[in-house]
Amino acid sequence: MSRTLEQIAADRARYDEHQKKGLEFAPRALPEPSPLPPLPIDADRILHSETIPGGWYWWCSLKKGEALSIGQPHGFATVALVAWSARDPSERLNLPDTVKVQWNTRVQKGRVLFSDMGRVMLSVIEDSTGGAHDVLMGGSTAASNAARYPGTIRNTRDNLVLVAGKLGLSRRDLPLALNLFAPVRVQQDGALWWNPDLLHGNDYVDLRAEMDLMVGVSTCPHPLDPNPVYAPAPVVITRYQAQVAPDDLCRTATAEAVRGFQNNAFAGV
Amino acid sequence: MRSEQNAIQNHRIPAEAPWSGIVRKGQTIRIIDSEGQQAVDTIFYSAADFAERYSAQDTLRTQGSAYIGVGTRVVSNEGNVMLTVVADTCGRHDSMAGACSCESNTVRFGHDTRYLHACRDNFLLEVSKHGMSKRDIVPNINFFMNVPIDPSGEMTIIDGLSRPGDHVELVAEMDVLCVISNCPQINNPCNGFNPTPIQVLVWEAGA
Repeated sequence: MSRTLEQIAADRARYDEHQKKGLEFAPRALPEPSPLPPLPIDADRILHSETIPGGWYWWCSLKKGEALSIGQPHGFATVALVAWSARDPSERLNLPDTVKVQWNTRVQKGRVLFSDMGRVMLSVIEDSTGGAHDVLMGGSTAASNAARYPGTIRNTRDNLVLVAGKLGLSRRDLPLALNLFAPVRVQQDGALWWNPDLLHGNDYVDLRAEMDLMVGVSTCPHPLDPNPVYAPAPVVITRYQAQVAPDDLCRTATAEAVRGFQNNAFAGV
Repeated sequence: MRSEQNAIQNHRIPAEAPWSGIVRKGQTIRIIDSEGQQAVDTIFYSAADFAERYSAQDTLRTQGSAYIGVGTRVVSNEGNVMLTVVADTCGRHDSMAGACSCESNTVRFGHDTRYLHACRDNFLLEVSKHGMSKRDIVPNINFFMNVPIDPSGEMTIIDGLSRPGDHVELVAEMDVLCVISNCPQINNPCNGFNPTPIQVLVWEAGA
């Protein structure tokens, strides 16, 4: 392809406009962190509640319109999360697309999580941390645990292989994992670090399914967790029937989310 | 002394095109941005077992840093080092922005950009030659793509730093299948809005 200077200038101008909206306007539309302590979920909306021991894994089917409230009332734990479309598991959580199209690596209330097909899988409808999550580093592995803790202990990589296996999938199907409650930030020189000031204790995140999903989690410590002892607390995950207001923020806060939800509608999901 | 003449592989990859080839343990692969400001989307698979493949998160976690550069060990989903970056005349390569697709372009740039060729289609065509499918396309390295991540989390693709002839070199630590999409994107600056050819050279160990 050989492009004219006029074409290049026009495309650059259009990109600059998208970038300005994405970097300057969209963040101002996002809400404050969710309140602490968490508000109780109406009992008649709760479908299931699971307490997952530290270091373990769990998965569930999550229908469109249902949500997971992921909380840590028993103490601190990081939760690694992956998701597949129930209709076609080759459609799966795509973190690079998620952060690239929203112009930000910070996943927070009002943002959405995209699949590799340009569709919205999950909406972040509550987040008490204001975005203290990690997309860059992934979870622990046998090797990363061995470098930090004595003995043989559970790790996120193996937990997620087990999740995939029990869904009839394999390690080939594992997307990059979103680490909830893992305040990893990037310094100017690119160094990754853990900012403990972004966590409050008893934090929670609620994710609403925007298509029928299979969701897997692992509750091992993050590789940057400053606690020298392997001591993840149990995690409580409550699946409940969520609500969608006509002016639902996750659907309207950014131009990218609007187009993502349009793609869901076009595909009939 | 390495030269085009003593390279065992020499491929000129046209603008917008995919390519794949095997690089054996000990061999050096050089990827040349022939005309400058051209993103080269790249995935590595273990040649012995395609289920072992590049892992962006394992690579960034292992090095504790968000960008790819000299010294980066390219790590697989099994925690093994696949290749090591040994030379780099550009200085900035990305591993978090992934590859463009027709679908993500609609979200990012509008529905009218759907029918433009994209890296994910290049990858799909190329991995299909090796018996793989969409489920095997994992987030990739973007050589020569400039995607700074701000301490606040802000992330945006800006003009590439590579000049004509800039290159990156990696030594294979295992036999790998290298799959490249010479990025066709024209909606952001990753290719200077004008996709151009690249070149791949491979030398034996010791060359």
